Amino acid sequence: MQFSYLSTIVFLPLVGAILVALLGKGGREDLVRKLSLVFTAVPLMLAITAFFRFDRSAGAATFQFQEKAVWIPAIKANFYLGVDGLSLPMVVLTAFLGLTVVLISWKIHLRVREYFAWLLLLESSILGVFASLDLLLFFVFWEIEIIPMYFLISVWGSGRKEYSSIKYVIFTLSGSALMLAGILSVYLSTGTLNMVVLATHGLGVVQTIMPASAIFFLLLTGFAVKLPVFPLHTWLPDAHTDAPTAGSVMLAGALIKMGGYGIIRVVSFFPQIAKDYAPFLLTLAVISVLYGAALTLRQKDLKRMIAYSSVSHMGFVLLGVFALDQISLTGAALQMVSHGLLTGLMFAMAGLTIHNVEERNLDKLGGLARQMPIVAVVFSIAGLGSLGLPTTSGFAAEFITFAGAFSSTIVGGIQVFTILAVIGVVLAAGYILWLIQRTFYGPVKEQYNHVKDADALEKVYMFAFVALIMLVGIYPAILTDVINLGIKPIAGLFGG
Amino acid sequence: MNLALFRPELTLVVTAIAVILLDLFTERKKLLALVSIIGLAVSAVFAITMWGTFESAFYNMLAVDSFALFFKLLFIGIVVLVILASTDYVSKFERYQGEYYALLLLSALGMMLMAATKELISIYISLELASICLYTLSGFLKDKKSSEAALKYLLLGAISSAILLYGMALVFGATGETQLDKIFAAVQGMSLNTVSANPALILGIVLLIAGFGFKIAAFPFHMWVPDVYEGAPTPVVAYLSVGSKAAGFAVILRVFYSSFGGSNWLMANWGAIFAILAAAGMFLGNLTALPQTNIKRMLGYSSIAQAGYLMVGLAALGAAPFAPVLSESGVLFFLTGYALANLGAFAAIIAISNKTGSDEISDFSGMITRAPVLTLALSLSLISLIGMPPAAGFIAKFYIFSGAVHSGLLWLVILAVLNSVISAYYYLRVVKVMWFGEPASEEKVASSGALRLAVLISSLGVLVLGVYPQPVIDLARTAAKMLGF
Repeated sequence: MQFSYLSTIVFLPLVGAILVALLGKGGREDLVRKLSLVFTAVPLMLAITAFFRFDRSAGAATFQFQEKAVWIPAIKANFYLGVDGLSLPMVVLTAFLGLTVVLISWKIHLRVREYFAWLLLLESSILGVFASLDLLLFFVFWEIEIIPMYFLISVWGSGRKEYSSIKYVIFTLSGSALMLAGILSVYLSTGTLNMVVLATHGLGVVQTIMPASAIFFLLLTGFAVKLPVFPLHTWLPDAHTDAPTAGSVMLAGALIKMGGYGIIRVVSFFPQIAKDYAPFLLTLAVISVLYGAALTLRQKDLKRMIAYSSVSHMGFVLLGVFALDQISLTGAALQMVSHGLLTGLMFAMAGLTIHNVEERNLDKLGGLARQMPIVAVVFSIAGLGSLGLPTTSGFAAEFITFAGAFSSTIVGGIQVFTILAVIGVVLAAGYILWLIQRTFYGPVKEQYNHVKDADALEKVYMFAFVALIMLVGIYPAILTDVINLGIKPIAGLFGG
Repeated sequence: MNLALFRPELTLVVTAIAVILLDLFTERKKLLALVSIIGLAVSAVFAITMWGTFESAFYNMLAVDSFALFFKLLFIGIVVLVILASTDYVSKFERYQGEYYALLLLSALGMMLMAATKELISIYISLELASICLYTLSGFLKDKKSSEAALKYLLLGAISSAILLYGMALVFGATGETQLDKIFAAVQGMSLNTVSANPALILGIVLLIAGFGFKIAAFPFHMWVPDVYEGAPTPVVAYLSVGSKAAGFAVILRVFYSSFGGSNWLMANWGAIFAILAAAGMFLGNLTALPQTNIKRMLGYSSIAQAGYLMVGLAALGAAPFAPVLSESGVLFFLTGYALANLGAFAAIIAISNKTGSDEISDFSGMITRAPVLTLALSLSLISLIGMPPAAGFIAKFYIFSGAVHSGLLWLVILAVLNSVISAYYYLRVVKVMWFGEPASEEKVASSGALRLAVLISSLGVLVLGVYPQPVIDLARTAAKMLGF
């Protein structure tokens, strides 16, 4: 019997959550932290092992590490896990962020046991989303994720945390409600919940009980809320801003990638419809990029600024997806990983700055490079990556996306959309440099002289982030080789 | 005539009488609860051993089939949980504790018969048996609110019974039969034209829907719900919120499927009525639950919405008569999940309210520090009521809605899932208050072992049904296949 990589990766954090909840009684905070560390470190190691053991040879199965067991035969739902080149990097990314947020949260002292239990449950559910190949199982993980995030924002958040958390829940639930209707329609049109079958056969040939385009949009809306796509993005700035640092990192790093991942899967179910509606969705993508960037320029709150930049950067993902070209889709997937690392690091640094300085208003910050040089350097690396500086992952991802989209022959007029979206990169350079300048440079402020720089623990995860960003930036093939294996069959549906 | 077919029911009768008699001789009132539970357990064992039987008795008035047995087991389970949850609460009653348990058992008997009847008159009699016990139970606190609740329930219940009886009379007049299978045959021979010329049958069906709609708290026959929920003793509310509803749906399924299922156009028509009632009920229930400050009242409105979700299953049944038992078994599964979630919620509320003496949501503030286990259980129940995984409510909704999509009712399903989102707001408000509010005092909330057991059973049930529902789905499908003939 083969070792079940995926279910171990997915369920270890859940086991950890239960153990933390049971054993952490009576203020044994240190035990809680150590348990959390173990139960996120092991999945990460397994995920990395799986990444290197993934069979890249020609003729290898698209979906590997498959595990299948009958779950609810009455509705043909299976417990079915598996990863392809698209989802495997996402699993690794989530496992990586899962471990780092434990380190980031090391200094939390409020209701520690609950906090780490929710954090671990969150990781489990996101990993489950990326590893599921059965639509019902996928949806179950998708929904479970809402609960821990709700608690993380409402208890450990800041500012208008209660408003933000319920807004997050209502937006996500509305999206997933429509997605549920879509999944039901898919199931009853095709008689299967098996995502592999759906992706290989598509829905175009099946007699559907309602217009296939309606099913497409039901599913798409659920993912578009998550990504987020204009005009469904308004939950994101609130949730990201008011969440605790670890929550923001998870949200920006892994959670919203579930949306992008889902969109690519839906596109593979409905190739013809995706092609028909591509201009419409590309328009939304361009609006997300430009409008998101314009809003970012106006922000005065450190975290809110990074949050809005995510809206803009996720617009690139949507552009890459609906250019429907093999290279642009690869770029979109790479952009998701890269954004997860860059924005994850930015939120971690922003959280650290806010924690140490106790100030988050950009008008009042300034000159901090003197007091916290290491944070300033790392923040700058993340920022420069985010605006697409070569040697960082941001450059590789954006370049591949734009190059692929511009040369796509599948969607007409794609060049116009691409050129418009590239303006977003220019704006990004503006707001990111401005953000770094206003936080870390300019005249040194005496009142911040007591501010401490990063300590040893923080340096550990900072270094890990920076190393990964550079690695992907200098040698993107480490990811694109794998991603390509997942994208090829999907791009093949469009003749690309 | 084989009385042995009624072992479960007869056991309950004997237990009820034994409890009343025992009440006269003992001071240890907890013993009454124990005896009741033993009686129910024996009854359940009988019902389980009879699984698979397919017979009828009393001149074809009562059926003993898997459908009836499924509901019998469900009612027994409900009453056991209610009794476990009552043991603390009944100490509030100065007298009549024996009668309390006896009435619970007798109304369960009525409900069990409701699920088994195949004939209009016996439906009416068993429904009245169940209802009269419930009217009495609602007034057990004897204070102003409880009495008001009981009176309101009685008056509206009496009117709805009259409407039901009138409907039955009209159906009898139109078809000449009171037995469901014979009505089926009579309806089968009718065409749209003959019925349009003499619409008594249609009127009868509409009146039946009105009469049964009262039992299941469906819009627009829900007027009694909020007041009765607020005023009646909480364990009784827990009981009638799930028991009465399950019994109502059992009767509706049997009557509408096995008598008015005779012709497709007729099914399409009553299916459409249920679809409209479902849509209206979901919106009304959820929107009016939003501003409630009393948790019992809020759950009252939420139960109107839940009846709406259940009626989606009925609508699907009417819209696609030959669909493979998806909708019927969906209703049965939903009822099971709903019963567990609602009973778990009410058990936790009883435990907390016993301490705080209030049903106001604001008084649940900070309960996570005062009663962590109860808070966790109540949160899980509420999550199940929203219909989120990993709780039973999610699988239930998925299952029942898949039946509806199968029948081409996608519009109704979209309305229903959007309603789930609305409901998330008020259910989560309770969760929010409990987890994030400031506790009013540091004092822990103590609860009795029986109550904790009830909470534990319901919560585990909700989780198991949410993660591994197949065994119960199998039971529900077997039961639903028996429907009809």
